[in-house]
Amino acid sequence: MQEKKLAIIATKGSLDWAYPPFILASTASALGYDTEIFFTFYGLQLLKKNLSLEVTPLGNPGMPMPMNMDKWFPVMLTALPGMQSMMTTMMKKKMADKGVASLEELRELCQEAEVRLIACQMTVDLFDMNPGDFIDGIEYAGAARFFEFAGESDICLYI
Amino acid sequence: MADFDQELDASGLNCPLPILRAKKTLTPMETGQILHIIATDPGSVKDFEAFSRQTGNELMESKEEGGKFHFLIKKA
Repeated sequence: MQEKKLAIIATKGSLDWAYPPFILASTASALGYDTEIFFTFYGLQLLKKNLSLEVTPLGNPGMPMPMNMDKWFPVMLTALPGMQSMMTTMMKKKMADKGVASLEELRELCQEAEVRLIACQMTVDLFDMNPGDFIDGIEYAGAARFFEFAGESDICLYI
Repeated sequence: MADFDQELDASGLNCPLPILRAKKTLTPMETGQILHIIATDPGSVKDFEAFSRQTGNELMESKEEGGKFHFLIKKA
């Protein structure tokens, strides 16, 4: 059985967008896929040593909120100071209560499973990011390098 | 429940942890050895079926007992 390949482009840096790339990559790896994730733009946030990702209902009409708040809570109020932090804390607590793995754990599992994590060099330069802030074991490359793998992949996802 | 060589308790862990832990535990095991997995995640039933089909590690038994799901996987 020839090994299948999964290529993922991760472009978002909020808590809710961080889970899909790591869950898909780690699961695919467990199923025997050769997997590579290319982090670009805000996806670079997912490679930081200290993950401090947040989530907000502002601009996210699909986000469920406790007490049916997503049905009646005024959108403007979600922009108030402290709302984002509160929502992030509540989301993280919910995940912990339900036994969902933390991002750090999922990311570590990915690296253990030899999922290749690639940081977009251009984005690092663009936002003047410090490579010292990122975890070890990642590669820095450009779009062409990603296409080398993506072109051969059986599944290619844009997240 | 038939004999097994190793046991993995994935109770309280949700997708995709049961599969990931199983893969991690199976890797150093020898061909023919059997891993007994206990899970509480209802999604794990279908997940382990897919895992078995995809990786070639035989799912010898899958059942629910005492509110938990039990799986026996033989290392290919």
